Amino acid sequence: MLGIVSYGAYIPIYRLSREAIGAMWTKSLGRGEKAVANADEDSLTMGVEAVLDCLNGMDRQQVDGLYFATASPPYVEKQSASIIRAAVDLREDILTMDVAHSLRGASSAMKAAMDAVQAGSVRRVVVAAAERRIPAPNSDFEAIFGDGAAALLIGDSDVAVDIEGSYHLSSEFVDVWRKPEDSYMQTWEERFIREEGYLRILPQAVSALLKKHQLSPKDIAKAAFYGPDARTHATMARAMGLDAKTQVQSPMFDSVGNAGTALAPMILVAALEEAKPDDRILYATYGDGADAFLLRVTEQIEKVRDRRGIKRHLESKLMLPSYGKYVEMRELMEGEAGRRPARRSSLPVIWRERQHLFALYGQKCRACGNIQYPRQRICIYCQAKDNFELIRLSDKRGKVFTFSMDERAMEVVLPKVFTVVDLDGGGRFYSVMTDRDTSKIEVGMPVEMTFRIQLEGSGLHNYFWRVRPIRC
Amino acid sequence: MAESIRDKVAIIGMGCPPWGERWDADIFDLITEAAYEAFDDAGVEPKQIEAAWVGYYGAEYATTGLVVSQTLQLQQIPVTHVENGCGSGAEAIRGAAYGLASKQYDLVLALGYEKLKDTGFGGLAMAGAPGKWYPLYAAEFGAAPGRYALAATAYFRKYGLSKEEGKRTLAKISVKSHYNGARNPRAHLRREITVEQAMNAPIIAWPLGLFDCCGVTDGAAAAILCRTEDVRKFAANHPHGYITIKGLGISASPGWGKERTDYDFTYWDATESAAKQAYAQAGIKNPRKELSLAEVHDCFSIAELIAVESMGICEYGHGKEDVDGGAWEQGGEIPINISGGLKSFGHPIGASGCREVFEFYTQFQGKAEEPSRQLKDVKFGLAHNQGGFPGQFVCGITITGAPDA
Repeated sequence: MLGIVSYGAYIPIYRLSREAIGAMWTKSLGRGEKAVANADEDSLTMGVEAVLDCLNGMDRQQVDGLYFATASPPYVEKQSASIIRAAVDLREDILTMDVAHSLRGASSAMKAAMDAVQAGSVRRVVVAAAERRIPAPNSDFEAIFGDGAAALLIGDSDVAVDIEGSYHLSSEFVDVWRKPEDSYMQTWEERFIREEGYLRILPQAVSALLKKHQLSPKDIAKAAFYGPDARTHATMARAMGLDAKTQVQSPMFDSVGNAGTALAPMILVAALEEAKPDDRILYATYGDGADAFLLRVTEQIEKVRDRRGIKRHLESKLMLPSYGKYVEMRELMEGEAGRRPARRSSLPVIWRERQHLFALYGQKCRACGNIQYPRQRICIYCQAKDNFELIRLSDKRGKVFTFSMDERAMEVVLPKVFTVVDLDGGGRFYSVMTDRDTSKIEVGMPVEMTFRIQLEGSGLHNYFWRVRPIRC
Repeated sequence: MAESIRDKVAIIGMGCPPWGERWDADIFDLITEAAYEAFDDAGVEPKQIEAAWVGYYGAEYATTGLVVSQTLQLQQIPVTHVENGCGSGAEAIRGAAYGLASKQYDLVLALGYEKLKDTGFGGLAMAGAPGKWYPLYAAEFGAAPGRYALAATAYFRKYGLSKEEGKRTLAKISVKSHYNGARNPRAHLRREITVEQAMNAPIIAWPLGLFDCCGVTDGAAAAILCRTEDVRKFAANHPHGYITIKGLGISASPGWGKERTDYDFTYWDATESAAKQAYAQAGIKNPRKELSLAEVHDCFSIAELIAVESMGICEYGHGKEDVDGGAWEQGGEIPINISGGLKSFGHPIGASGCREVFEFYTQFQGKAEEPSRQLKDVKFGLAHNQGGFPGQFVCGITITGAPDA
């Protein structure tokens, strides 16, 4: 049986209220808030989070592919999926690919994964989607756009959700676009886009899918589908003949915001968190056409409940105190020219240390048993030479041994919290603490690992692991 | 069979022109001024120098010993650049002393210098620091304040000091150093501060504030050395004002303290072992009683606190009692950083190790300039100079003393 074996999601810890945005531009933007990625996060790092959530308790060795969808890749030329694969420590001999350029990318990648599984070339494929788009300041998009990620594991055994069928529609309709040289999204008159785009294309695909399966809208327990904003989303539901109160999964515009490519899969994950076996779920995405899927929840769903997913991530948050902090975090204004030397990176170093940087492998000395990081030739405890086994530290938790808060570091968000962490099960990790409330940091505090941008230098996003207070 | 260096080598001249933000001077000026003050003090000519050891850390303006040979126009002699981070000055003196003790040379120069204030910012230009896993793991992980602050947090925790008590203890150390520096005409930051000022100063790296951090300074210090038996030959002008080296300890720690779960950040292991080496050579059994003064590498207030404990001058965990009781002040049991220390005298990286010895030399000769800061009955002085960060230090300890002590 073809289906969704597991699911996961990620929502950044920071939220910006519409009130704070409105206060900046002296206008009323209504209630609610949106999720804002930290300065050390991008679509790639959020993709890592969602995939790790999805693979919680799963054998990573059994994953045969990783497809990553985003409209906001960290590199225009350079794959993100390969870095995500390395960070989450999947096998090397698997197919990785990015699906970009369309908000429909997540479902297109899912269809490709389904076909690959059905063809028998792979057993399990992770399909991840993440978005961190930067809306133009003081634009309509600014109040709506949020950041987030979701991941689905597609396979043909132990499926938690049976994929009964799908329908795909391609359209040359242009609604939102961004050229490589553009800083921000562009769009057309709202009424045109809504009436000819959202209200026509997605409902058309859904209608065709239901017809193909000889079903009517009332057979749907929950519909998880894309919409650009709350009002249009509600109008789309009505156009599809769905009851807003009982059949429509919340699109989270007041808590996450429009997370682009990741939005529909995030809504789906939220639906699955509450779904019961036998529920029939409609999943539909939009962008350059539409993809619609008919899903049916199985008994297996109970076995993949232990996820942070949407609900737990939503509850765990830190409010940005002002729009100014958002400007700082997103580097929306040019700051004072730096007088300190530019930060540098080195590709040979990153390549040489890839196993230790991306999947965070440390060493355990076979002679004395001590775990150590970073990689050594000579044991720092017993001086035995070249006698180590590798041990993955990225899934370890630990406790803060000591810390300091540097107010003058070269870092977007200050202070930079230097943290010495003693890992549960042995070993010490010298790190930077992110996603933290500085008033609550203390010695002994439990922390976990998170994959982040450690520094921008030599024209590269340089990713590495940081620690954060245990999120949720 | 190895022998102690004790009394084999004499320092017959020193130079340390006032330190500060020398907008008017470049590295060549600093080198020239310090070296010529030392030449004049010893009464020797530059052309008599047979070898030189020079300590500095920065990279942009200076490579190799050529900077010194070109500046001073030394003619075809060996000039060895030594670098042990902030501990480079001690390394320069040690190289010079060993060159004499092995009888390869008769008259040598040791020089430390650094020009820090041309960069446009406070702190050090660390961009090229090659840590393991540069750039992601080590080098990017924090400048000195953030690194030393880890030790302050750990120290407060271990000895049960509240944030307020911890900050106050550190503040008192800085207040004492500024008091001393304010009276030293050669010091960089010559003003007194109060405990409240220190405690309420802007945070640089919590828990360390502005006044927990040393000055970023331009400066140089130089020493002219010969074997003790040759003092009368070379220091004809003033054959009685020299000091002798009593002990030289240098220790590079295995360096992964911050990665080892058995390191708690409240002691400096390289300092412990360098002190042991130096005490053994100098024959010092009770440093607190026998030392007339100690110049301690107080790049941060917490660095002084832990270094004094690590050298056995104060028992571990009892620094607060000493500080509260004024034991390290000028009239206390053992004056620590009577010069003002790195805190107030300033810290041009490569120069500090030589400058610390200069303080003992000055006090021994009774030339403290400002009478109120002149110590009496000066016999042994310790200069503690270290490079690196908590958990990964190299430390040099130079003990000098009266020739007959």
